[in-house]
Amino acid sequence: MSISLSDVKRVASLARIAVSDAEAEAVLNQLSGIFGLIEEMQAVDTTGIEPMSHAQEIFLRLRNDEVTEQDQHEAFQKGAPQVEAGLYLVPKVIE
Amino acid sequence: MQWEVVIGLEVHAQLSTESKIFSGASTAFGAAPNAQACAVDIALPGVLPVLNRGAVERAIRFGLAVGAEVRHRSVFSRKNYFYPDLPKGYQISQFDLPVVLGGEIAILVDGAEKTVKLTRAHLEEDAGKSLHEDFHGMTGIDLNRAGTPLLEIVSEPDMRSSKEAVAYAKELHSLVRYLDICDGNMQEGSFRCDANVSVRPMGSEKYGTRCEIKNLNSFRFLERAIEYEVSRQIDIIESGGVIHQETRLYDSVKDETRSMRSKEEAHDYRYFPDPDLLPLEIAQEWIEKVRGSLPELPAAKRSRYVSDFGLSQYDAGVLTSSKELAAYFEDVAKAGLDPKLCANWVMGEINGWLNKEALEIGQCPISSRSLAGLLNRIQDGTISGKIAKEVFEAMWKGEGEADSIIEAKGLKQISDSGALEKIVDEIIANNPSQVADYRAGRDKLFAFFVGQAMKATKGQANPAQLSEILKKKLSA
Amino acid sequence: MFNASLKDLSAMLSGGKISSVELTREFLGRIDALNPEINAFITVDIDKSLMQAKLADAMIASGRAHPLTGIPVAQKDIFCAKDWLTTCGSKMLSNFVSPYDAHVIERFNSVGAVNIGKTNMDEFAMGSSNETSHYGSVKNPWDRQAVPGGSSGGSAAAVAARMAPVATGTDTGGSIRQPAALCGISGIKPTYGLVSRYGMIAFASSLDQGGPMAKSAEDLALMLGLMTGFDSRDSTSLDRPVEDYSRDLDKPLDGLRIGLPREYFAEGLSADVEEAVRAAISEYEKMGATIVDVSLPNTKLSIPVYYVLAPAEASSNLSRYDGVRYGYRAKDYKDLTEMYEKSRSEGFGAEVKRRIMVGTYVLSHGYYDAYYMQAQKLRRLIAKDFSEAFKQCDVIMGPTSPSTAFNLGEKGDDPVQMYLSDIYTIAVNLAGLPGMSIPAGFGKNGRPVGLQIVGNYFSEAKMLNVAHQYQKLTDWHLKMPAI
Repeated sequence: MSISLSDVKRVASLARIAVSDAEAEAVLNQLSGIFGLIEEMQAVDTTGIEPMSHAQEIFLRLRNDEVTEQDQHEAFQKGAPQVEAGLYLVPKVIE
Repeated sequence: MQWEVVIGLEVHAQLSTESKIFSGASTAFGAAPNAQACAVDIALPGVLPVLNRGAVERAIRFGLAVGAEVRHRSVFSRKNYFYPDLPKGYQISQFDLPVVLGGEIAILVDGAEKTVKLTRAHLEEDAGKSLHEDFHGMTGIDLNRAGTPLLEIVSEPDMRSSKEAVAYAKELHSLVRYLDICDGNMQEGSFRCDANVSVRPMGSEKYGTRCEIKNLNSFRFLERAIEYEVSRQIDIIESGGVIHQETRLYDSVKDETRSMRSKEEAHDYRYFPDPDLLPLEIAQEWIEKVRGSLPELPAAKRSRYVSDFGLSQYDAGVLTSSKELAAYFEDVAKAGLDPKLCANWVMGEINGWLNKEALEIGQCPISSRSLAGLLNRIQDGTISGKIAKEVFEAMWKGEGEADSIIEAKGLKQISDSGALEKIVDEIIANNPSQVADYRAGRDKLFAFFVGQAMKATKGQANPAQLSEILKKKLSA
Repeated sequence: MFNASLKDLSAMLSGGKISSVELTREFLGRIDALNPEINAFITVDIDKSLMQAKLADAMIASGRAHPLTGIPVAQKDIFCAKDWLTTCGSKMLSNFVSPYDAHVIERFNSVGAVNIGKTNMDEFAMGSSNETSHYGSVKNPWDRQAVPGGSSGGSAAAVAARMAPVATGTDTGGSIRQPAALCGISGIKPTYGLVSRYGMIAFASSLDQGGPMAKSAEDLALMLGLMTGFDSRDSTSLDRPVEDYSRDLDKPLDGLRIGLPREYFAEGLSADVEEAVRAAISEYEKMGATIVDVSLPNTKLSIPVYYVLAPAEASSNLSRYDGVRYGYRAKDYKDLTEMYEKSRSEGFGAEVKRRIMVGTYVLSHGYYDAYYMQAQKLRRLIAKDFSEAFKQCDVIMGPTSPSTAFNLGEKGDDPVQMYLSDIYTIAVNLAGLPGMSIPAGFGKNGRPVGLQIVGNYFSEAKMLNVAHQYQKLTDWHLKMPAI
């Protein structure tokens, strides 16, 4: 599987990263190198092997259903790019 | 051409936990913007999710109630997409290994019972809210709702009409409230429906292309939206067009569905197991403990009403539609009254007045005990059913208990046969021509005599007794 | 004093020979003198550090001292520290003042350790040379032409240059061990789950693990004891009894079985590194250890597996940096999408963007099974290699890095060359095992060589014992760069 320029653009768009056409070419070169490296693993037969997501074979610990957090929105919003009336402001969302 | 409608529903039930699914922030409704959005909810760098036991327990309750498999091992995955009300840039949900698998819900439509199969139910977190009021042309983001636990209940495409879809949604709504896992408040968004709608030629095996209608927050909107969507799709196909799979929004003002522009972009959610969360294990003992704590469910209650109280399927269905209404009915019936009489009054007067005044059964001005007091007076013949309605209205308006109203208004029924005979004799004496006509075969005149007697007694004559006496005297 | 052990510094503090304020001033002075050139710190806040030192002095006076009370600790800028700028080496967080403390920071604060500053690092810990930092490269104190390694390059350089007695680091694919090796210091990445990740800015959640960096194994043991421990806010934190990691330091090594993986002494390993590592191993033989030939057959696959899994997790972990609630937001944008795209492409550096794109690609529709799923399956094979090897040996040893520190800019344009240099460290993260690096001499260019020690799960005390015995016999760990 080799990666194409349109893959680069699709992926950049999914990841919300702006890439100009010139950048896309450069990125394509580097990603091709990286995928060249990654391709090595395709040759291995992994039939019947259980995927490993975690280092430890343990299960989730659960929290009791209790309210433990207080209102801290003022502290949290100190460094926010744009806030008004306690709300985070973003360019208009169109539904 | 005859078209068959195919509907599947996805219901998001907000679970009634105190705290959020992955954080210790409160889930209470109506706080000031972002006052209940803690570090985890706003996705500060470095914060991590920890799963709420209460949310899992509610999912187990649901799974058991619908006869589903509660899986011993399930996995949380990340659903990746960018949206300003989704702080992490991904939603923690369950993808290929949900906590509840299968199950079914029985619904009653036009007297016929039907089973709707469930595909799955999974736990996930809710997003925040985008407020589109004008902030200098910008959108405001409130993350108080972000991280609220949801149970997404997915049905098979088993429904064939908007009526069935509404019946299913109502049944589910009633069930989650019976189970005490969701408050069911549709205005506040605690119970939201998405409908997947498609049509196909009657008899066809293949499903048509479906459209998903999002965020239907009332049963009426669900019904209207499906009806609109069905006719839209049929119109398109019949005029030679094709249906495009898409997400649509229902506009309740215009009563139509429209395409959601923001969802047009092809989605690639890049699901993968959330590395911050280990697999969820639910031990059999936990499942059994939850099973032991389940309340009587609507279906069981319904069949008990039919077998023990002799009610019709329909009546049992109406009375068990909500836990609170069923409890009210049972309280009334407990007082040794005829269950059918109780059922008629709860379904008729009580429900009618509640609807008229847009009240919930919990806000009913007449307590179950007071209603029982009134029905007792019908059953012991003190008042007629007709007079009882007058008494009921007075009770509704807060004029007191049945007995005091009957007393104050002098509404006691005349069941004294001597007094009634005397009145009947007078009527016969005063209306010789009508008596003659009646005796000559004009049976319809019987109502005239009843009317005269009721007029004379101000409606307080015991109707059964009166009719008996009239028949006897007129045929003499 | 700058070369003193924690034990000695602690004794000086509790013996009243020096106050924490004085000690902190000494190190702050050294940072002031050296940092402009080394660039090991992103943030130094004299007032905050001295305030903590004063509190520490009060604790010492009241007799409530811990071995780390009053000790200056350099904190990797990946740990959120309340009221401290916490950048993670990125422009994206260049204005982020953390409103909360990471678990690790809380632990240090609880015993009155002094935060001496936030150290430079590869952006979001993605890098092996510290060259991806938005705040400029860190220079290797042994040779200013050389990289310090990464991603915890600032912490490694700070300790190597004695700007701090100890530091914290994080290790996703070698980010503690490799810079420790390249800067001639000691560092340990514990078993996954021992150090809470709460407040440690995520790169690849299933691989990230915090750990200490110091001059010696003895110091690491004290640090590790403080940094580990159960934290209910991290679902992957292990609930285990607290350990005293110093308990076995002095145990003799008779009968220790050291596994040498064939694959770690193969093509690609520089001759001078191999020579130094083999010399260290013969020291162990002199101490009574036996050498076992072991094999980790899937070693080569660990690079592709890692460069699928880590970017996949990272691509999702870094989605929260969207310019909405904190961090960098681009100046001009015409709509929401442009706000996202500009903020992210201006706020992230090239390597971070590359990895986000790789990760997005391997998770995307149609590629998941071939890449992500395949990598997870191979991850199991890689972990199995180690469990097989540990049937024959107590610890595994080898080089930490194939070469000594390379030159700044040397691998700049070729990410693949950079990735290949992680060959000996990343399998340990994939398996979740503990691994450490200790100084074992110098290469022919005079740059330090690190000896890697990998242990079985939860064998940190044993590994520290193994390292300490070597450090009792040698003095590589006490060598200071000429500054």
